[in-house]
Formats: sequence, structure tokens, C-alpha cells
Amino acid sequence: MATATGTLPQVQEETTIWTWLTTVDHKKIGTMYGISGFAFFLLAGLEALIIRTQLAVPNGAVVDADRYNQLFTMHALTMIFLGIMPLGAAFFNYFLPLMIGARDVAFPRLNALSYWVFLGGALLLTSSFIFGGAPDGGWFAYAPLSDEEFSPGAGLDFYAIGLLILGTSSLMASLNFAVTVFNMRAPGMSMMRLPVFIWMMLVVNFLLILSLPVITVALVQLVFDRNFTTNFFTPAEGGDPILWQHLFWVFAHPEVYVLILPSMGIVSEVLPVFSRKPLFGYAAIVFAGVAIGVLGFAVWSHHMFTTGLGTVPQIVFTASTMAIAVPTGIKIFNWMGTLYGGSIHFNTAMYFAVSFIALFTIGGISGVMHASPPVDSQQQDTYFIVAHIHYVLFGGAIVGIFSGLYYWFPKMTGRFLDERLGKIHFWLMFIGMNITFFPMHFLGLSGMPRRIYTYDADLGWETWNMVATIGSYMLALSIIVFLVNFFWTMRKEPTATDNPWDAPTLEWATSSPPPEHDFDVIPEVRDRDPLWYDRDHGIEKVEPPSEMHIHLPPPSYFPLLIGLGVLLLGVGVLSHLALTALGVVIVIYSIWGWALEPTE
Amino acid sequence: MRPSPRAISLTVLSLAIVLITTWLIWIAWDATASDPMTTLAPLSDNADAVQGLYNFVTILAGIVMVGVLTLTLAFAVIFRERAGHEPQQIHGNSRLEVLWTLIPVAIVIAIALPSFSVIIDTTGDAPDDALEVVATGNQWWFEFEYPGLDVTTANELHLPVDRAVNVELRSEDVIHSFWVPQLSGKVDMVPGHENRLWFTPHETGMFLGQCAEFCGTSHANMRFRVFVHAPEDFDAWVASQAADAEPAQGDLALAGEKIATTLCAACHTIRGTNAVGQIGPDLTHIASRTTLASGMFENNSENMAAWLANPPGEKPGSIMPNLNLNAEQIEQLVAYLQDLK
Ligand code: HEC
Ligand SMILES: [Cu+2]
Ligand SMILES: [Cu+2]
Repeated sequence: MATATGTLPQVQEETTIWTWLTTVDHKKIGTMYGISGFAFFLLAGLEALIIRTQLAVPNGAVVDADRYNQLFTMHALTMIFLGIMPLGAAFFNYFLPLMIGARDVAFPRLNALSYWVFLGGALLLTSSFIFGGAPDGGWFAYAPLSDEEFSPGAGLDFYAIGLLILGTSSLMASLNFAVTVFNMRAPGMSMMRLPVFIWMMLVVNFLLILSLPVITVALVQLVFDRNFTTNFFTPAEGGDPILWQHLFWVFAHPEVYVLILPSMGIVSEVLPVFSRKPLFGYAAIVFAGVAIGVLGFAVWSHHMFTTGLGTVPQIVFTASTMAIAVPTGIKIFNWMGTLYGGSIHFNTAMYFAVSFIALFTIGGISGVMHASPPVDSQQQDTYFIVAHIHYVLFGGAIVGIFSGLYYWFPKMTGRFLDERLGKIHFWLMFIGMNITFFPMHFLGLSGMPRRIYTYDADLGWETWNMVATIGSYMLALSIIVFLVNFFWTMRKEPTATDNPWDAPTLEWATSSPPPEHDFDVIPEVRDRDPLWYDRDHGIEKVEPPSEMHIHLPPPSYFPLLIGLGVLLLGVGVLSHLALTALGVVIVIYSIWGWALEPTE
Repeated sequence: MRPSPRAISLTVLSLAIVLITTWLIWIAWDATASDPMTTLAPLSDNADAVQGLYNFVTILAGIVMVGVLTLTLAFAVIFRERAGHEPQQIHGNSRLEVLWTLIPVAIVIAIALPSFSVIIDTTGDAPDDALEVVATGNQWWFEFEYPGLDVTTANELHLPVDRAVNVELRSEDVIHSFWVPQLSGKVDMVPGHENRLWFTPHETGMFLGQCAEFCGTSHANMRFRVFVHAPEDFDAWVASQAADAEPAQGDLALAGEKIATTLCAACHTIRGTNAVGQIGPDLTHIASRTTLASGMFENNSENMAAWLANPPGEKPGSIMPNLNLNAEQIEQLVAYLQDLK
């Protein structure tokens, strides 16, 4: 572990802006991920609202075709890469060391670097709205539409450079986290005693480590095709647009699991706590998660069933895709098994967790439907698929994230989110989500394609589009209720004890919020549910010695500086190469400084 | 452990709630079958095969959904916190876990096997006597050629009933997708690739199609129509389309022809004149088509005049530029083009 001076009890220095900019504390970094992720989540939601307003009635005229195409592209990019992923990373940053009984992640400065690079990439991608137009080729940016000939604007360059930067950030974070899980667990915490949330995030990290290089190569090729007249994907010169699709989906299918697995982990933590009994079938849930991760690499072409894959590939990818339903089913049954026989305490976190099971199941089932290529040939690129992904990503990923937020909020802030407002938030969101997305199944079945900025009257699409739009406003309202709850709660006095929910995992063994060094004494793990074991066996918490010397890594300016350098590098590619040169200089200088920075 | 009467009644209640919801969903689901672009009312053998599989998959999906939702709801209400109840601390149950591994295995095998057979049937070769059509996607319209029949048209595909058609799918620019829900599932038009799709329509009538792969600005406006005729009507249509363009009659139309064969000749073909452009739709029989600009507007004089006055204004991104025609030129052109039956 990176070590440095810092003895305890520490003099609490005043927190200033510089504390945050130079911090290497995983909890502060997690908080910054959380706040940025939530801000981008709001932005993506706003984009969705404009989309739904445009589609409320036939021939809508809120935005024009080009703007609409930018909006649906940016809605997906923002939700996926700037909203849901960082929110997952926020929880993981905050709770990984706490849940495995460590004092920080393996490489604290690298962790800070991941965040600053993420923020740079996110701002760069979003700034495209101001500078020369946002990407408008869909988040999948299919060639050759993405080529310079058909998309001459800067949008697709923002896309490629932005995603390259974001990918770098995710790759660094994933390696850091995986090393942390393998090396920094508290004594007694074997792999099969890891909390399920940590297991699922470990799978996520491996998915990213293995899939990001693929998209990185593809994006570099795209940049070359667009700017240096190479022909990787352009058919006129012998390139192949289908190659892009393979590369993209080899990354992007696992990416779907990157988005959903954290929430599967979260509900696997929340369900047992409020059912007051251990998770049913821990080993099965863990292995199912790993199996989903492995199989996730063998199914990418199900996104390409209509591209003329041919008979045999269609059959193979049908088989592998359907196979994923098995581990997914196992998880769902085990969650239900956890509820069974429990004594369920229904607070907001639990409302979200239980509704996760139902909503995710609906999304999973429609997924199995279009895993069959003939069925898919009718559903592909229609609103049926839009319904499917939103049941998985909203009903799954986002509902899971809110469950985690209500659950962990007292640990992070010492305060409880208000339960009455929480339940209003839940019901508005649950009903709004179903009103918004269920009708999209019907729209798909009546033939409404995706990604159309306008549609004619009398195709039978008016009613359900209007209903979906009303639902989306309900969702917006639910978010407002949440924000009110958040700001109101933050003004209250912190009252949370160490373990207010009587939860079994280690993050509840320290104060709420935790001290900078996480644990006064590193806990010892005697069971998969350590705190319940200690409770039931009358094992008292070890009192800290009166004199403690805990080494904490000192703050550093270099992660922020490198992040700035990387941002300049990207901005330079999009504007003037002099900026790139400056970026390179800053990066090299900061790496030098980083290497020589005293850590003792 | 015997379930208590309370548990049984709450389970029945949950089942009732889920069944009523499912039934309401089913009503809305089924109602989509009467919409013009429905995927649920197949009128070709290809679409029939997909529909058979689809029905089976839907029923299975419905059963799984009712099962999972009922039990989740039932457990949530049966086991909600009650004073004095200490839950048993169970960690799992191997027998149950094996059982519920087998349930999804059985379901996916039940879906996979018939899927494989439909894949093999529908992706195989078309019958030898199939009508050959070449469909080409362009930003943002479709061209249809009938090799050997000397017919080239745009945005409206005419077919004989009860005869297989083998559609060869090409693209001139980006990826598009050919989709007429009632006649067939979609297959993409990929530049540099030769995809194809075949089906046998077994009902006459007009069917709506639309590009189903995002292809840029006016993707939403890339629609088309398929007319399925009785065989003799189809032959008559072919005969009329194979003919050269009607020579212009009357001063207005003659003036229009002059403009069309000069200003427009670089992009449009009007067979029988010196307009042989390949960039835009063939206009030889433009007046015989029911729509303009890839299904966007009804084909009538008024809409055609509006189109000629400002194509990108009418259809965002249109490759046909605004040629700054004056009102008189437009009137002449419309008179000429509306005679090209
Ligand atoms: C630069 C090439 C170009 C020129 C010049 C051009 N057009 Fe077009 N035209 C097109 C394209 C491309 C389309 C298809 C637009 C679409 O549907 O997106 C089109 C569509 C049309 C259509 C609708 C066809 C249909 O099947 O719906 C008409 C009518 C038409 N053009 C008439 C004319 C006339 C008359 C002129 C000359 C005054 C002309 N065009 C000049 C490219 C051109
Ligand atoms: Cu996928
Ligand atoms: Cu299209």
C-alpha cells in the first residue's frame, strides 16, 4: 500500500477546494464520481425529455431532424458513459475498500487520475453541443455513415476522441480495482466471502479490461478513416463496414453487463439486509455473475442478426445468447429465494430492490424473445428494443442505483434520506417508468422504427407515444422529488450510527461517515456475513489503541495535472495540434513528477 | 413446511393482480395487429413462419412473466415484517437451485430449437422461379430494378401475388434496412455486401415499408410502399413501366420537358429523353406513383410544386438541392411530370 505520513488522531485540516482537487481518498473520489455521474444523468434525462416531447404527437416540431439525431445519440452516450458507469464507479470507489476491510484502493493516485481523465473526457464530449455540433450517428456510430464523407462535421470526432479518453479512464480504474480486490482484503476474507457487490464489480472490471482494447482499436481506426483517408471501414476502397460492427459490439455487448452487474450486486446486498436473512444461494449468484461475464463475450453478433450474417452464425449466436438466460434466471430465482421466509422491512431502498427483480425480469424476458433471429428480424431497430433496453437499464441499472443510494446514504453522509419523500420518489418512478416504457413494446409491434424524429398520423402510433411522453414527465417529477429529498436531508443533523440497518458487511463496522482512514482497526472476517457472525457470537468490536499511527497517502497535484494534459491532448486533436503538444508536455512533466513524488 | 391459509390467499391475490395486468397488456398488445405497419398480421409465407415462432415465444414469455411477478409480489406481501417473527437463517438449498437452473435451460431449449428451423427455412435460397428484384438504398430513398423486365422505379415496389420474390439488397452510400413488416422481417442493405431476402406474398394490397437502420438526417423520411397485385395486373403494370416516357403534350408541358431534360438531367433518368442521370429516382413514370420523396407526400401537383420549390425545406438533408426555380418553371415542370404516367 502506498504509505505516507499522517498520524492519528489527525488534525482535521480545513477542507477547501484544493482538498478535493488533490485528494487521493477513495471516498472523496467516489463522491466526486457520484456527483458528476448524477449531473450527467440529469443532462441525459433532459435530452430524453426533449426527445419525448418531440414524439408526443405526429409530425412534432420541437427540434429539427439534425438536432434530434444529436439528441438521441447524446442521450445514449451520456447515460451510458457519463451517467450509469460513473455512478457504478462511485459506489465501487466508495465502498470497495470499506467492504473488504482496507484503508484505500491499491493505487490511490491512479484512482484520482481515473476520475480526472473521466471528467475531462465527459466535458469534452458534452462540449460538442457548443463547438460544432454533437455526434449524430447513434452511439454505435455505424460505418460508413460515421465516415467523413457522410458525417463531415466535428461531431463524430468528438465521439471518437471523447470515448478514447473515457476508455483510458475506465481501463485505469478497472486495473486498480481488480488489483485491490485481489490483494487488499482484510484477514479472513477469502474470495468466497467477498460481498456479492464486490464480486459483480470484479466481473465488471474484467469485462472492461478485456473489451476496452477492442473499442480503442476501432476508435483509432475510425479517427484514421475520418482524418487520414485510411479505409478500414469504407467499402468504396475495399474496407468493410461490417468489421466496425463486430469490433463495436465485441465491446458494447459486454458494456451492457458493465451497466447492469453493479446493480445486480447492489440488490444482492440490499435484499438480505431488509429480509433479515442471508442471501439465498451465494455461490450460485456469484458463479452466475461470472458466467454472465464470460458468456457476454460470445454473443455480440446478436446485435447484427439483420446484417446478413448467414445461417450458421445466426444459429451459433442464438445459442450463446439464449445461454445467458440461464445464469440470469438463476440470479432472479435466488433473489426470490432470499425474500422467501424473510421478515421484510419495506423502506425505500427495499422498494427499489424488490421492484428491480420485477422490472429486470420483464427486460430479460423480452431479451430472450429477440434472441431468436426470426423474431428479431421483426423487432430489431423498433421501439420494442427501446422498451427492452429501458427495462434493463432503467428498470435494472438505475433502479438498482437508487436502491444503493437510499441504502448507503447514511454511511456516506451520516444522514438518512427522508422515507416519506423516498416513497413518493419510488412510486412516481415505478409508475412513470412503466407508463413510459411499457407502451414502447406496443409501438414496436405496430412497426414504429427507432431513431425517427417524426412519424405520420394514422399509423396507430399516436396514443402510445402520448402515453409514453406523459410517463417521461412523471419520471422527471420523481427525480425532482429525489433532489428535494437530497438537499433537505443534507441540511439535517447527522444521526446515523455505525450500523443502522443491522447489515452484515464490513462497511457498517466503522463510523457513518467513515473516518479518512476508514477503520481504526482493520476488522477480522470470520464469516461471509461478518457483522452478523460477530453479533450472533457476541464478538465485540476491537477497541482502537490509544496511540495510532496510520499511514495515509498524501494528496497529489499530479493526477489533476495529467488529467488536464490528457484533456488538452484531445482538444488539440479537435482544434489545433499546438494544444496537443502542450498536453503531451504536461503529461510527460506530470508523470515525471508523479514518479519522484515522495510518498513517505 | 405447509403453507398457511394466509400465505395461500395472499398468493392467490397476487396471481389475480398479475393476471389482470397481463390481460390488460394482452388487449393492447393484440390491438396492434390491426395497425398499418403491424408486425403481427403476416401476409407472406416468410412472415407466417416468423409469426408462428413469435406466437410460441410470446406465450412462453407471458408464462414466465406471470410466474416471476406473481411470486415476487406474493413473497413481498406474505413475508413483510411482523412483530416477533424471526426468519430462519437459510443460506440456500441445492435441490431447489438445481431445479431452477433447469427451468431456464428447458425454456431456452424450447425456444432455440424451433428458432433454428425457422432460420434454416428463411435464410435458404429462393425458389428458381422467383421474381428477381434489385432494391438499392440511397440517402433517403429506395430504387427498385427488375432485371430482364426493363423496369426501374423508386419508392414503390410492385409484386405479383403468390409468387416468390427474391430481393437483392444493395446500398449506394450508407447502411439502410429493407423492412415491410407484414411481408417479411428486415434485412440490411450494406454497401459492398450483397444481401438478399425472399418471401412469397399471399394477399393482394398495399403494404407500408420503412428503412429500419439509422442512415442519417432523413432516416425517418425513408419510407416506401409495396403493391401486391393479381398476376395479370402485375403484367399490365410491367408493360406500362417498361415503356419510354410519354412525349410532352401542350405548351406548358413542352416547356417543362425542356427544363427537365437540361436542369434535371444530371441526376434523373427520363427514359426516351436525354435525361440519363443516376443520382436521383427514375422519373420516367413518376406520375404513376402514389407518393413523392420516398413516401413523404401524396403525389399531386400541389405537393410536387412544393417539392420542386425547395427539396431540403420539404425533406431535411435532401440530396436534391434547391434549384431556385421560379414559379413559372415549376408550373411547367409539374405539368410535364404529372403527365408521365
Ligand atoms: C443534384 C441532383 C438532382 C438534381 C439536379 C435534381 N434532382 Fe430531383 N431528386 C434528386 C434526389 C437525390 C431525389 C430523391 C430525394 C429523396 O427522396 O430524398 C430527387 C427526387 C425528385 C423527385 C421525387 C421523386 C420520387 O420518386 O419521389 C422529383 C419529382 C424530382 N426529384 C424532380 C426533379 C426535377 C424536376 C429536377 C430539375 C428541375 C430535379 N429533380 C433535379 C436529385 C436531383
Ligand atoms: Cu448485446
Ligand atoms: Cu434509414
